[in-house]
Amino acid sequence: MSGRSAPSLLLSDEQEMLKRTAHELIRKRAPAARLRTLRDRKDAIGFSHELWKEMAGLGWLGLQIPHEYDGLGLGFFDLCIVLEESGRELMPEPFVSTLLLGTQALLLGGTETQKKALLSGVASGEKLVSVAYEERGSRDFRRVETVARASDDGFEITGEKVQVLDGHLADAIIVSAATGGGMPTLFLVDPKAKGVTTTQQFRIDGHSSAIVRFEGVAVALDSLVGELGKGAALLQSVFDRASVGLAAHMLGASEQAFADTLAYLKEREQFDVPIGSFQALQHRAVALYTEITLLRSVVLAAARVIDEQPEDVPRFASLAKALASETFLHVAKEAIQMHGGMGVTDEHDIGLYIKRAQATYMTFGEPSQHRRRWAELHGY
Amino acid sequence: MSDLNTFREEARAWIRANAPRSLWGTSGSGPFEGYWGGSKETASDPDILEWRDRGIEKGWTAPSWPKKYGGGGLTLAHEQIIHEELKAIGVPRPIAGQGLAMFGPVLLKYGNDDQRADHLPKIARGEVRWCQGYSEPNAGSDLANLQLRAERDGDEFVLNGQKIWTSHAHLSDWIYCLARTNPNAPKKQMGISVLLADMNTPGITVRRIDLISGYSPFCETFFDDARVPAKNLVGKLDEGWTIAKAILEHERSSIGRSIARQPGSAEREVVARARKHLGVERGPIPDPLLRDEIASLGMLDEAFHLTLSRIEQSSQGSMPGPEGSISKIVGSELKQRRFELGMKVAGIQGLGWEGPGFDDDDLEYTRDWLRSRATTIEGGSSEIQKNIVSKRVLGLPEGKK
Repeated sequence: MSGRSAPSLLLSDEQEMLKRTAHELIRKRAPAARLRTLRDRKDAIGFSHELWKEMAGLGWLGLQIPHEYDGLGLGFFDLCIVLEESGRELMPEPFVSTLLLGTQALLLGGTETQKKALLSGVASGEKLVSVAYEERGSRDFRRVETVARASDDGFEITGEKVQVLDGHLADAIIVSAATGGGMPTLFLVDPKAKGVTTTQQFRIDGHSSAIVRFEGVAVALDSLVGELGKGAALLQSVFDRASVGLAAHMLGASEQAFADTLAYLKEREQFDVPIGSFQALQHRAVALYTEITLLRSVVLAAARVIDEQPEDVPRFASLAKALASETFLHVAKEAIQMHGGMGVTDEHDIGLYIKRAQATYMTFGEPSQHRRRWAELHGY
Repeated sequence: MSDLNTFREEARAWIRANAPRSLWGTSGSGPFEGYWGGSKETASDPDILEWRDRGIEKGWTAPSWPKKYGGGGLTLAHEQIIHEELKAIGVPRPIAGQGLAMFGPVLLKYGNDDQRADHLPKIARGEVRWCQGYSEPNAGSDLANLQLRAERDGDEFVLNGQKIWTSHAHLSDWIYCLARTNPNAPKKQMGISVLLADMNTPGITVRRIDLISGYSPFCETFFDDARVPAKNLVGKLDEGWTIAKAILEHERSSIGRSIARQPGSAEREVVARARKHLGVERGPIPDPLLRDEIASLGMLDEAFHLTLSRIEQSSQGSMPGPEGSISKIVGSELKQRRFELGMKVAGIQGLGWEGPGFDDDDLEYTRDWLRSRATTIEGGSSEIQKNIVSKRVLGLPEGKK
């Protein structure tokens, strides 16, 4: 940033309008309390298909998808506005799997045929596309046990991926598998293909996910996403964008958990006064507000950088993800503490936030990994 | 907007053509960095003086003040662009200090025409340096408890009492201070007035204060029957608290901004010290925990700068509200963390006070580290800032203090 003025961190009138519309719809149709219901009935989908389609109808799913694939052709910045609002009520809809992972992988590395086949379906809400990269116990997406052996007319993939977001529902899965020399390559796989099995998993945060097993799954040469052996670099670029989008979601979640806590501080009385009149709590509330204020600036800047300053994306992505992780988890912990006993009951919504906070903290790298990368990018 | 974009091009071109090369990259371009002016100014670098004169001629020492008061007649948005363009190449403002950053804007808002005409042009030309008389020994965080008495006697006020933490009082020509004009007011916030005094007034004396870091520009200022003309009252009698609060808000955000420097410089500074003291010229710093701490500082620093930009962009440079408290809280804590880390990487070489066996820049750094302990206290302690945000931004109920 040195020597350059900061990117514009303000929303246009249209963007403000989008934010308001999203805010109202989500508040009305998708309250966080849904997560408990979906969990208790072990819902086979884990979110609302109807709501997803409705958002597609409003253009939200195709905000950043180019015109030629039936999207609105706007920026990543616009997408982040909706993502932020989705965080307020901890929506489990497939934003991360489909809009942040699948769509970005296709936009950054997909062939024309792959993009034509899938992106307009994503924009219309008909198709879900996920990326399968996590393996049991894996800490580094560059090292994969799943292998893709060259065959006569393509590759055969064998291995197991876990916590594949919406993996049991996806219409297409992009999987990372080691090719020659152990280097990961990305392949587009049809989950209905022979040898693919999916098993739904249940996580603390209510995000729908699955174990996806590949047993000698045959894929053709044209199923490569990006170049052979270059899957790690492509995934890194996808994660950079996804980190910023997820950080927007985490910002919205932090804001809402904080707003609910602030309201509670004003209404809950002990010792005949509102507990929010105690300085011990006031100063901690200000600390949270300060962290959220900083995070908002960072998320807005990072989203803008994706659209306008591609060379700065790695730095800003790591900054956004590290800060979002620290802030959201801190807010979620303090929110519970300030709600007292009610905060740890399953009945109260505030406890839902810490579950999403922990899950997002661990997704796309936790803060110390991003700080290490930041240090590398800054030459130390 | 396009008008502002055009102006940015013009401002950039003018600054680059007129700022002497020797000043480039020397400053964070903050409101308190650089040439302060006044009758006791000792700066003699011809480039600094030339830059001052070009700024005055252009009206860009005070870009948003009316032209008749020596300003540039521009909007606050234009002024902000000028400051951004200065910062982009690290050139100081042509004139800095209390008068331009703090007192001038207040006088523009609350002063009368005579006061503006008397004082503003001299500030814009750097002829008069101002200091601020706020705190007193018994009025720190509880500022409204101030006791400096101002009694009306004919056409004059007679001042008796003491101010403390009057920065640069020993180098200033004038002071603007808060005085108690009505000791019988029902609330301590009432009965306070803003008065201006020439530092040469008989009865005003100044004593400098050393800090844990050694020399400092802080002073105590004593008033013993100091007589000030009644026309030096700013705003209404007994209603100075409103003005005082406006100045304080301005101060908070100015302090936050003045700490800001260049984005990334805090991190670069600590990395450079780490390289020097650990003997690692290039490549990764070998201690991963230290690296993590530096990166954490760098990230917070970047977030802080982006937040300052966001506040500027959304307010278009208008008078800051309570969000100034956020910049003060974060900026001061960031500064302390930077120095703590810089001290840690220096090991025992950071323990020198003066004399042989220590590099000059290490000695200076250690003094700056000690000085940084004051940043969370001066201009309203972090605790006071948090009270303000709690009440005015978060709307939390006032409790027992």
